[in-house]
Amino acid sequence: MAVTVETHPTLTEAAQAMARGDAVYLGGGTGVMRLINAGVIRGRVLRVTDPGLREISLSGETVRLGAGVTMAAVAGHRDLAILHPVAGTIGGPAIRVMATVGGNLFAPHPYGDFATALLALGARAVMAGGGGTRPVEEVLRDRAGGRAGLVAAVEFARPRDARTFGWHKVSRVKPKGVSVLAIAAVLPREGGRIRGARVAFGAMGPAPARAAAVERVLEGQSLDAATIARAAEVAAEGFDPPTDALASAWYRREVAGVHLRRLLEEMA
Amino acid sequence: MSMKPVTLTLNGTAKAGFATDGQNLLDFLRRGLGDLSPKYGCGQGTCGACTVLVDGEPHLACLMLAEAAEGRRIETTAGLAGATLHPLQEAFMDRFAAQCGYCTPGMLMAAKALLDRSPRPTREEVIEAISGNLCRCTGYEPIIAAILDVAEGRASA
Ligand SMILES: Cc1cc2nc3c(=O)[nH]c(=O)nc-3n(C[C@H](O)[C@H](O)[C@H](O)COP(=O)(O)OP(=O)(O)OC[C@H]3O[C@@H](n4cnc5c(N)ncnc54)[C@H](O)[C@@H]3O)c2cc1C
Ligand code: FES
Ligand code: FES
Repeated sequence: MAVTVETHPTLTEAAQAMARGDAVYLGGGTGVMRLINAGVIRGRVLRVTDPGLREISLSGETVRLGAGVTMAAVAGHRDLAILHPVAGTIGGPAIRVMATVGGNLFAPHPYGDFATALLALGARAVMAGGGGTRPVEEVLRDRAGGRAGLVAAVEFARPRDARTFGWHKVSRVKPKGVSVLAIAAVLPREGGRIRGARVAFGAMGPAPARAAAVERVLEGQSLDAATIARAAEVAAEGFDPPTDALASAWYRREVAGVHLRRLLEEMA
Repeated sequence: MSMKPVTLTLNGTAKAGFATDGQNLLDFLRRGLGDLSPKYGCGQGTCGACTVLVDGEPHLACLMLAEAAEGRRIETTAGLAGATLHPLQEAFMDRFAAQCGYCTPGMLMAAKALLDRSPRPTREEVIEAISGNLCRCTGYEPIIAAILDVAEGRASA
């Protein structure tokens, strides 16, 4: 069966069309088009032309990124400086002008750098067709079964102090390369102590996930050498990373703590 | 298989054709419109040989749906030379920046996008601009040198 592309004016209509039977949603297409080219995706492919999906809005501390916002748009936006190192290292320039925020939430391992950062930022996904909002964490968990639904936008509070956000991507090819692993951390401090630590790993499992053991070690502590050492020790706890062409599961587990330590030292 | 009409501007000229459903822009440009200058390397977004400019921005034509190019302005290597070669083409020759030449059309378009936006890039910016383009022959240095030559106005043409 060949591919049939349906074009819808809004995401809500695409969501309704999606409910009528098997279909694949086409975001920027940097993942989906590969599968179409390879003949892996057949049947219905849905795309949406609504320019509203590409909107970036900031009100107060809340940032809202439409699902169709590209990595290039994020990397070029003055008020999104904390995300520049994240968006700016996803593929080369020709990938970034197409790769979207929405697509990154569903990009298979080892992809999902932006989703990793969103997870650490505690972002929520605004679901299509008035489906309310859900934590990005839930979307990443449910995506495996294809039960996550279409995402219209993501929202998160911009950290008041940019220095509380940290990003560390490990790749073999510079300046552009896919993650061996990636780490995003948000470590707000009150009176020198970490309150509400959120640390997420990318490329350490089927989808980006929070490092609960690391968060537990950091919570309530000051970011000193002893705390950093303890966090590094438990870095890979709870993760069962895949083996692929970039790295073995063993290697990823071995180096997770090393890279976490480097990131935390930078943030201290 | 259903066909979809697509009209676009290719190197300044209005063009129309029919794209098959699900056809990517690279295949449409090559087979549909007969512009063989963008190359098919991987069809997976990893090699950059198919790089074309869409409204001035570098895009991987193999990852773009042909019908999504409706009404857009496409530039390919075939449109670079006028009465004389484009300075980038001259500089690539002077620096021996093409060996087998397969990556060259993509490299030229990625470089053009950079220089159109930022005529005096640093070496790092040049490397960043071609970071999505693989070359298996030259080792990149002659390509980087060629692009910097044009930036610094050293290229003939
Ligand atoms: C050469 C190359 C290098 C890359 N490098 C990186 C990298 O360094 N880091 C990285 O993270 N990724 C990388 N990627 C992967 C990919 O480009 C990105 O993850 C990108 O953000 C995916 O977005 P997209 O819009 O292109 O997704 P698409 O291909 O359009 O879609 C991907 C998946 O998401 C689903 N989807 C898309 N939008 C929505 C939505 N709004 N709601 C629900 N589902 C949706 C699609 O149905 C599909 O399953 C790379 C890809 C290539 C080809
Ligand atoms: S053919 Fe498009 S990137 Fe290789
Ligand atoms: S010249 Fe042969 S791949 Fe670049």
